[in-house]
Amino acid sequence: MITVIVVAFVLLIVIVSTFYLVSRRGRSSLTASGSAVLEKTREEGAAETIHKSQEAISELAPPADIRKGLSRARLSFSRLLGTMLGGTSSDQVLWDSLEETLLLSDLGLELTTKVIEGSRKELEMAGTIDGSAMASAIRMQLRNLFVDADRELEYSEEKPTVWLVVGVNGVGKTTSIGKLSAMVAAEGKRVVLAAADTFRAAAADQLEMWAQRTGADIVRSVPGADPSSVVYDSIQKAAARGYDMVIADTAGRLHTKSNLMDELRKLRRTAEREPAHLTEVLLVLDATTGQNGLVQAREFAKAAGITGLILTKLDGSAKGGIALAAEWELGVPIKLVGVGEKANDLILFSPDEFLDALLETADDA
Amino acid sequence: MFDNLTDRFEEIFSRIRGKGRLSEAEVDSVLREIRAALIEADVNVGVVRTFIERVRENTVGEELQRSLSPAQHVIKAVNAELTNALGGENLKITYASRPPTIVLMAGLQGVGKTTAAAKLALWFRHQGRNPLLVGADLQRPAAVEQLRVLGGQAHVPVFSVEGDPVKTAVSGVEEARRIGRDVVIVDTAGRLSIDEELMAEVSRISDSISPNYTFLVVDAMIGQDAVNTAREFNEALTLDGIILTKLDGDARGGAALSVRHVVGKPITFVSTGEKLADFDLFYPDRMANRILGMGDVLTLIEQAERTLDKEVTEKGAKRLKGGKFDLEDFLEQMQQVKKMGPLKGVLSMLPGVPKEIRNADINEKELVKVEAIISSMTRAERANPDIIEGSRRLRIAKGSGTTTAAVGTLLKQFKDMQKMMRSMGMGGPSPTKKSPNRANHKKKKRR
Ligand SMILES: Nc1nc2c(ncn2[C@@H]2O[C@H](COP(=O)(O)OP(=O)(O)OP(=O)(O)O)[C@@H](O)[C@H]2O)c(=O)[nH]1
Ligand SMILES: [Mg+2]
Repeated sequence: MITVIVVAFVLLIVIVSTFYLVSRRGRSSLTASGSAVLEKTREEGAAETIHKSQEAISELAPPADIRKGLSRARLSFSRLLGTMLGGTSSDQVLWDSLEETLLLSDLGLELTTKVIEGSRKELEMAGTIDGSAMASAIRMQLRNLFVDADRELEYSEEKPTVWLVVGVNGVGKTTSIGKLSAMVAAEGKRVVLAAADTFRAAAADQLEMWAQRTGADIVRSVPGADPSSVVYDSIQKAAARGYDMVIADTAGRLHTKSNLMDELRKLRRTAEREPAHLTEVLLVLDATTGQNGLVQAREFAKAAGITGLILTKLDGSAKGGIALAAEWELGVPIKLVGVGEKANDLILFSPDEFLDALLETADDA
Repeated sequence: MFDNLTDRFEEIFSRIRGKGRLSEAEVDSVLREIRAALIEADVNVGVVRTFIERVRENTVGEELQRSLSPAQHVIKAVNAELTNALGGENLKITYASRPPTIVLMAGLQGVGKTTAAAKLALWFRHQGRNPLLVGADLQRPAAVEQLRVLGGQAHVPVFSVEGDPVKTAVSGVEEARRIGRDVVIVDTAGRLSIDEELMAEVSRISDSISPNYTFLVVDAMIGQDAVNTAREFNEALTLDGIILTKLDGDARGGAALSVRHVVGKPITFVSTGEKLADFDLFYPDRMANRILGMGDVLTLIEQAERTLDKEVTEKGAKRLKGGKFDLEDFLEQMQQVKKMGPLKGVLSMLPGVPKEIRNADINEKELVKVEAIISSMTRAERANPDIIEGSRRLRIAKGSGTTTAAVGTLLKQFKDMQKMMRSMGMGGPSPTKKSPNRANHKKKKRR
């Protein structure tokens, strides 16, 4: 008995104190550099006139439609709205099934409660009880969760623009970069892809195939090489050849690994050093992700100062409500939605189109 | 970070603690908290409903009314129910009498199938088998290349041919037979459960190789959709087990419960890290704690921050690093760590604690003994246990109400631990930092 206890305690003490110190150190530097990053982003945004070529992009916007991504979510909402229109707001069953529908979309308990209470209050004030007023109150509440932010992808006035794509393992970073590469190439921009995922086996090969498909250049290194140096080399190459932009792929990393998050900080610093102009740090969230997505968004925002979200795999049966929760909490807009594995399966996101598609009833559709 | 369930209960329980019985309203409020915790842990809403009903049935009954601490009773009931719902009979891997044993891996895109396939191959190798990996993901760019690299790291051969995934799988099995490998693991492309064409393809693969085991690979971070995915894959393939990946993150992993619930098949393996060896059989009790928010490192850190005295902990850590950690420090730190709660609970939150210790039945009363023994030592003895000989040993045993054998065991264990700490790089000054000054100082103290 004593044996076990001594071993257990010493282990405990060693591990607990290590965790404790690491977490304390980690946290303070995290907040410091996190706010520095945010500060810097703000300043730069003001100092530089950032040129946007949204028109060009939407002109070449891929044929995919947000409806392609929402077929499943629409089904559950339209069923709900169907019953709602025939009912009244005094019907508790309707509110319960609304709660269930929202929770099943991975919106999370907090926002679900917020939407429901907000709608209830609004209806009480208006004194209405009919189902269609209920439906529009809900739509309004959902609309209010989206931040009032610019959703256009930003380019810098001077070349090269740099976009950094980050996220946990397997969410669709590399594929999204392939799609982005196709998108900007269609605009006549010349791109170099930076294969800064030097960790995962064959990650650079995967990106290289996307580079070939989309006519982009690529900079890659050996497995295990310093990712920052790959980004650096890409920027040098872009500057030397007069390319318009660099899109950097990064290794998937769990936000709980502090060494990897530090690596990301370093990557960001490299990506914003002259002659580069870092205008986007895009966090990729997988639509199947549950409540952990919020923690991911928080941690990546702290480490890399994200400017936008890409919600992928919306073509599946998952509804992706976690992206909305992340947008609401962090004030960082969803900019793009992935709805398939092909180069043109990437959509520019618009909250109104999204809600239209989501909430149109069976007969509108 | 979400509040953990323990915190939430704390509030409710402070209200109801000491009460002989819980009113229905009080039970309701506890169950509401449990529901919230489960939903935040990504357990499917429908599954949560069933679960709560079952807990309610078990807690409102006679037994609750009779129990001394109803609150504890509720927690226990929830934990037991959860462990039960996650567990049940475990999948025992048996091998085909006519090799090879065929394993098929399936799942959504990006869940970690390829890595899990390689990890499973390594696991089979450690069981004394000779696996072959078959790359039938011909969809994602460079997927086969990735499998080849991982196979190389696991020292397991990899087979693949371009073209059709069904044919690749079939020739993979033939290849295994030809070169005498006794296990074949077939990696397939990620696919959406609503993609009829690709679901038909994977069931064609299954039909043509008749796998002995079909595993659904599920990402621990998956949300409410886990049930749909699991149901569809189960219909197309008839699953034998689940592999849960990315458990090294901080996702609660409520999907484990959802999937177990709809498929009715056990979670078989968990993948807990980036290294190929980070792969283990599944333990339902650990998962139950994690889902309830009672078993993760972040909780532990938060708890440590809340309860530990910063200065004392830092001092202890410094002494550990400096190789000066003696019984005095041990006592002091032990009292600190004890504040964090029952030893077993704290241990269960730590990753990487050896199974023997995690599963050992730790009697908290024994702790008191350890404390008493150390307290009965003089300062000099604590600093330098080597001086504790026969007569001192007897005095300490008497003083602490234990035996000399117990004192001896404690001393020996502590010494071994010091050695271990040193080898872990915790206990001794690192060579680069070693200064003559420090070494002298250490010697002086020893004398
Ligand atoms: N159906 C669907 N699949 C997608 C989408 N985006 C990516 N995928 C698939 O998801 C899988 C993982 O995508 P990757 O691009 O390799 O993900 P990653 O984040 O780069 O992964 P790591 O680098 O390993 O962390 C691939 O099979 C992709 O084809 C999407 O919008 N819809
Ligand atoms: Mg990638």
